[in-house]
Amino acid sequence: MLSAYAAPGLFCELTDAPAAAPVRERLAALSIEALHRRAAAAEAELYNLGITFTVYSDKDAIDRILPFDVIPRVLSGAEWQQIEAGVVQRVTALNLLLEDLYHGQRILKDGVLPADLILAHSQFRPEMQGVDLPHGTYVQICGTDIIRDADGGFLVLEDNARTPSGVSYVIENRHMMLRAFPDLVDGVPLRPIDTYGLQLLSALRACAPPAAADPAVVLLSPGSYNSAFFEHVFLAREMGVPLVEGRDLVVQDDRVYMRTIGGLSRVDMIYRRLNDDFLDPEAFRPDSMLGVPGLMRAYRAGNVGLANAVGTGVADDKAVYAYMPRIIRYYLGQEPILPNVETHLCREPEGLAYTLDHLDRLVVKPVGEAGGYGITIGPRASQEERAACRARLLADPANYISQPCISLSVAPTLVDGAVEPRHVDLRPFAITGAKTWVLPGGLTRVALRKGSLIVNSSQGGGSKDTWVLE
Amino acid sequence: MSDTLLARSAEALFWLARYVERTENLARILDVNDTFSRDRAGGQNWLSIVQLHADEEAFFARHTMASAQTVLGFYVTDATNPTSVASAVRAARENARILRPLISTEMWVQLNMFHARIAALGPQDLRPGQLSPLFAWIKEACQLHTGITEGTFQRDQGWYFYQLGRYLERADQTTRLLDIKYHVLLPDPRELGSPVDVSQWNALLRSAAGYHAYRRLHATGITPAQVAGFLLLNRRFPRSVYLCVREAELLLAELKARYGLRRGNAAAERLDGLRALLSGIGIEAILLQGLHEFLDMVQQRLNLLGEDLMAGFFSYGDQRSFESPVSAR
Repeated sequence: MLSAYAAPGLFCELTDAPAAAPVRERLAALSIEALHRRAAAAEAELYNLGITFTVYSDKDAIDRILPFDVIPRVLSGAEWQQIEAGVVQRVTALNLLLEDLYHGQRILKDGVLPADLILAHSQFRPEMQGVDLPHGTYVQICGTDIIRDADGGFLVLEDNARTPSGVSYVIENRHMMLRAFPDLVDGVPLRPIDTYGLQLLSALRACAPPAAADPAVVLLSPGSYNSAFFEHVFLAREMGVPLVEGRDLVVQDDRVYMRTIGGLSRVDMIYRRLNDDFLDPEAFRPDSMLGVPGLMRAYRAGNVGLANAVGTGVADDKAVYAYMPRIIRYYLGQEPILPNVETHLCREPEGLAYTLDHLDRLVVKPVGEAGGYGITIGPRASQEERAACRARLLADPANYISQPCISLSVAPTLVDGAVEPRHVDLRPFAITGAKTWVLPGGLTRVALRKGSLIVNSSQGGGSKDTWVLE
Repeated sequence: MSDTLLARSAEALFWLARYVERTENLARILDVNDTFSRDRAGGQNWLSIVQLHADEEAFFARHTMASAQTVLGFYVTDATNPTSVASAVRAARENARILRPLISTEMWVQLNMFHARIAALGPQDLRPGQLSPLFAWIKEACQLHTGITEGTFQRDQGWYFYQLGRYLERADQTTRLLDIKYHVLLPDPRELGSPVDVSQWNALLRSAAGYHAYRRLHATGITPAQVAGFLLLNRRFPRSVYLCVREAELLLAELKARYGLRRGNAAAERLDGLRALLSGIGIEAILLQGLHEFLDMVQQRLNLLGEDLMAGFFSYGDQRSFESPVSAR
């Protein structure tokens, strides 16, 4: 299967990693035809299981699956150790940063972070000022996007500290692999991932108001028309908690209740898969039909917990990202275990000048966008695209950062009857209650289009099972 | 925690069961009409299916004439018709999707695949000769759902609402089935007792899977009065209106007692009244006052029962508008 495979000049997750040798040998013994047959069976199963997201057009609702590549991405125990320690360090720093920003703002006073960057930020929530949270945990669920450069070194690309998604695919992909490729898995010492639901529930319970002896936890979803509804169902099932929508909840006397057949029943902790803006029409967007009027009052009164906390969006911003190494040093007195990608802040004159001078070599990203939108990849952009980018930079420099174009690592991927290299990234998921736990592996996203560097599912990305070896 | 059931989930369970039951009954009616319902000239009366569902207006807005092709298209594949198999299965699946945290994976997968196959049906699947296997498969898919549910669904509060939905829908469908035969068969007194008439009542029994059970009870022959009495009042036949109402009454009483629910008294009282009515009356008395009028009254009470459940359980503690789960009607 791998006889015709080559990835010249790129770091390959399978062929350049000694630890992946046993998996590589087993894969090599499989024919492309067998691989295709099993991949097709696996895909059909995803449809039957309804592991789909729904795309709505004017007249139809079309169920799509997240494309799944059957060739796993393998990480050695040593590689994982570095990632795990690096993610824990980063999440710890993010929580300390948020607690500081919403209390004494020491880091602003000490001039480590520019105050205007934070205080004028659209995701900074003054409502959270002085609100104490159990264990000082703001980011209970964090997704850290990690890439690998041409030398195989890990770099953090971005932190997702609002409502990161994708963990359901990690676990469903594993189930799929175990069913479709039992021979590939047999005898390989894989770290299990099936405790995610338990870990999540216990972290959520730990972050519930201390007064609740046996906290009632719910998962708040925007509803069955949301494209991530499958994941909400998955998580509610894994935790064994009710899956509620805003209309199921009601706030009375600053306490949150859900409507049950027997009447109103108290809710202590909410894992919300709703952005801040939609949470409470009384506090934020008044037109939100998805939220719960009065929820912020109950939250500020300490009568209900929210995961993630309100106001975490200020910490996972692409501009704040550039300061993360300094933030880690400031709070923890440590060097970052996982380095950042070198980042130029266009809000700073030197950063802007450097970016404008090196547009043909840099990736320019808007700070407020997610999902791979609005990105200009300098080396691949046309003259016109670069000119347009330059104009946007000059018009609103603070809205942009730039980074060198990293040659992302690749992994062998089954495409149209052949196995070819495709770029991948990695999103490990960290859960934090009193302390932080990281799910072994995480979501490996793969850019299915040849040469593409953008792995987001909204931009033609798929996923792979991620194997962490013992 | 495990003791709480969201009002919205209870309602979705109630409707999930109703839509699957409705689908099964629709398949039964269409199958029997295709196979057994021939009039004197040997033709099939497809208009009666339209009348049965009181769909004349919607049907003739789309078609000029009630032929096998148009009626089957309208009731099997037409997703714009809320009373079609396609709509009922879609609604069942949408409710199941909302309920996925509560129902078993096996329940969900079976419904999801059932829906995918129904949604893929086209006119080519409704040609003569293919209908009987198609309806047999739809019936079986519904029964498979019922069996998977019986074997995998938690026996908690949700189970009661699911079962209530099933029995109320079944009672309603049986009254509709009888009512249309009344419409179609009885208006012309000259046909009473004629061979064609008997074959029509045979068909009616078969559509309710009651033909052989009935023959065991009434070996001497088939009379309209006995068939109507069997489908309405029999104590053991699983699709009789009496049995469905009695089951519903027991389920609600058990639900309220076991979970200490104080609401739902109006529904309990209405079920008690309906059960008392059905156990205290004979078919002769019903025919005397008019079968159609009696069935109409039963249907009205079943509708009110749905409203009682809504007020008692599904919209409890309501302060904001409470959009109901997916319902096609």
